[in-house]
Amino acid sequence: MPPESTVRWMYQCLFRIRFFEERIQELAREKAVPGYLHTYLGSEAIAVGVMAALRQDDWITSTYRSHGHAIAKNVDLCEIAAEIHGRRTGVCKGRGGSMHISDFDKGMLGAFGIVAAGPAIALGAALQERRKGSDRIAVSFFGDGAVHNGVFHEAAGLAKLWNVPLLLVCENNGYAEATATDWHLNTETVADMMAAYAMPARTVDGMDMFTVYEAASDAVQRMRQGGGPELIEFKSYRFSGQYEGDEQAYQPPAEVSKARARDPVLLARNTASQLGLGGAAIEALEAAAHRDVDDAFARAAEAAWPAPEDALEEVYVAYPKDRIAYA
Amino acid sequence: MRDLTVKDAINEALRQSMEADENVVLFGEDIAGGQGRDEHPGAMDAWGGPFGVTKGLCTQFGRDRVRDTTIAEAGFFGAAIGAAMVGMRPVCELMYVDFAGVCFDQMMNQAAKMRYMFGGKQNVPMVMRTVVGAGFRAGAEHSQTLYSLFTHIPGLKVVAPYSAADAKGLLISAIRDDDPVVFLEHKRLYMRAEPVPEAAEAIPLGKGRRRRAGRDVTIVAVQRMNLFAEAAAETLAAEGIDVEIIDPRTYSPLDEEMILSSVGKTGRAVIVDESHPRCSLATDIAALIAEKGFAGLKAPVLKVTGPHAPVPFSPPMEDYYIPSPERIARRVREAMDFSKRS
Ligand SMILES: Cc1ncc(C[n+]2csc(CCOP(=O)(O)OP(=O)(O)O)c2C)c(N)n1
Ligand SMILES: [Mg+2]
Repeated sequence: MPPESTVRWMYQCLFRIRFFEERIQELAREKAVPGYLHTYLGSEAIAVGVMAALRQDDWITSTYRSHGHAIAKNVDLCEIAAEIHGRRTGVCKGRGGSMHISDFDKGMLGAFGIVAAGPAIALGAALQERRKGSDRIAVSFFGDGAVHNGVFHEAAGLAKLWNVPLLLVCENNGYAEATATDWHLNTETVADMMAAYAMPARTVDGMDMFTVYEAASDAVQRMRQGGGPELIEFKSYRFSGQYEGDEQAYQPPAEVSKARARDPVLLARNTASQLGLGGAAIEALEAAAHRDVDDAFARAAEAAWPAPEDALEEVYVAYPKDRIAYA
Repeated sequence: MRDLTVKDAINEALRQSMEADENVVLFGEDIAGGQGRDEHPGAMDAWGGPFGVTKGLCTQFGRDRVRDTTIAEAGFFGAAIGAAMVGMRPVCELMYVDFAGVCFDQMMNQAAKMRYMFGGKQNVPMVMRTVVGAGFRAGAEHSQTLYSLFTHIPGLKVVAPYSAADAKGLLISAIRDDDPVVFLEHKRLYMRAEPVPEAAEAIPLGKGRRRRAGRDVTIVAVQRMNLFAEAAAETLAAEGIDVEIIDPRTYSPLDEEMILSSVGKTGRAVIVDESHPRCSLATDIAALIAEKGFAGLKAPVLKVTGPHAPVPFSPPMEDYYIPSPERIARRVREAMDFSKRS
């Protein structure tokens, strides 16, 4: 079990992600924010458990389903909300949007819209940290669908050859878009695929944040002490659509309710009393998370828009400005 | 003739092509959807791709001919090439053109060069259908056009239709064509409707379309920019400036004659392309006019494009990014003013 302060942080983080994403669903229904929105509902325990096993200065890469990772990396909630609203105060100044929430000061190395872009980026970071002699590690989060893409395999192969501290975290949420994971995998599990690289790999329950924490901690400890890459496949379920607006017509109701019975928030609430967190303590944490989310979105909705010409900023580190602007 | 949206026109072109030739086979990610859940009533054809363009085709033709793939673009585009070499006519969907990087080798090096490099012995009759364009608040990795990336490569044909009737007729041609064709669909045009012929009538590749006749200035407009060029032309008409609009429709091959004869008549050209300005269709067409149409010019060839920057997410910035009717009108006035001065 993690130390008591970490346990409290985990509950706070879990509730924040859940309430944040539920708010995103409301905003999507009201069409109150622009762009594509992919929520993390159903996989919250993975980001919470893995990040609890990391230090703030460890690196992660994320995907278009980035809100949960960013929240668990302690990125400012209001800066995330403002980014989703497209405001100047957003974590990417409104240039990225929901799919690209990334705070590099908090140890994020990007949130990519291209499936499987992340593992190779994290690989490079892991290599440089090892070269520097630091014990920082790099973690790449990606979905079950990403394991069919060549880049994932190229990164895995190099990571093993280079023996670098790269933790590949596969979030197996049962679907890649509208395609069922049990159809698209040729193997029983994603972990099975890693035999090809002689890479240690496990399949672990991704619904219980403490189980996630234990599995991630084990791997992280090995890597801090000079160990090489590992993969952990966490099994969760995508409660939301692929994106907000997806009707989920392909998800059988019986399957959904079975997964809902192991909702990560439900499981965490059930464990709380065993951890000395009584009903009142949990309620207080939930109320605080609700307040934090309300406050973040309230401030985000009031925040200033970027200036139109800000579109031309920061394309390069150095480049003649008039060559970027319109003629 | 009934009205069809661009989306439905493309769906109809695919359906009619599949009915006519059993070797027309579709590959793509969730172009049907629900793969692995066929026993569940809502699964079959749950998606039809992210925009529903291919919806219903799997129900009609089955999973053998509407093949949902994994997220393995290099793999299934390569497979399409091989299949095409032995008799299939694959139509592959790349969900967004922004993912071209993942499968570009197969298109650029294998599909494009197969005929040439092996002494003209092998054709690759395949189509890459993909989705381009800004204006969807989809951010830097889901909003590009990349027209010139494909047009640059000898061996690939490139089609970018504006209207529903063109989309249908050109896609039919693309599927029947014996060369690899990149067929670019603009996400902001999918829901625009116009009368579309019911029959499977092909529109030849390499023929542009004059969308508006005028005396003073030729606007050459790429895909969605036809919409904005038309709006600009209306404004300018009220000022007494008579604009002609040329929609090349296909970029490889390019209807050089139509562009040159129009500019020969008006003496002024403004090219409008939503892409970045460098090495773009706009610069390519401008170079064509400079080389082959110089004698008839009364003003420099001008262009309106996006900036040399990725597509931003936030609405005020993205709106600024996309060429507007106002910017187009301003450029046209510049072309007019230049020749008044000289
Ligand atoms: C290279 C590439 N191909 C296709 C897509 C479109 N796409 C976005 S998400 C997605 C499914 C990903 O599934 P999975 O990896 O399981 O992640 P999940 O969305 O379930 O978290 C696809 C195909 C993309 N973004 N990038
Ligand atoms: Mg998935």
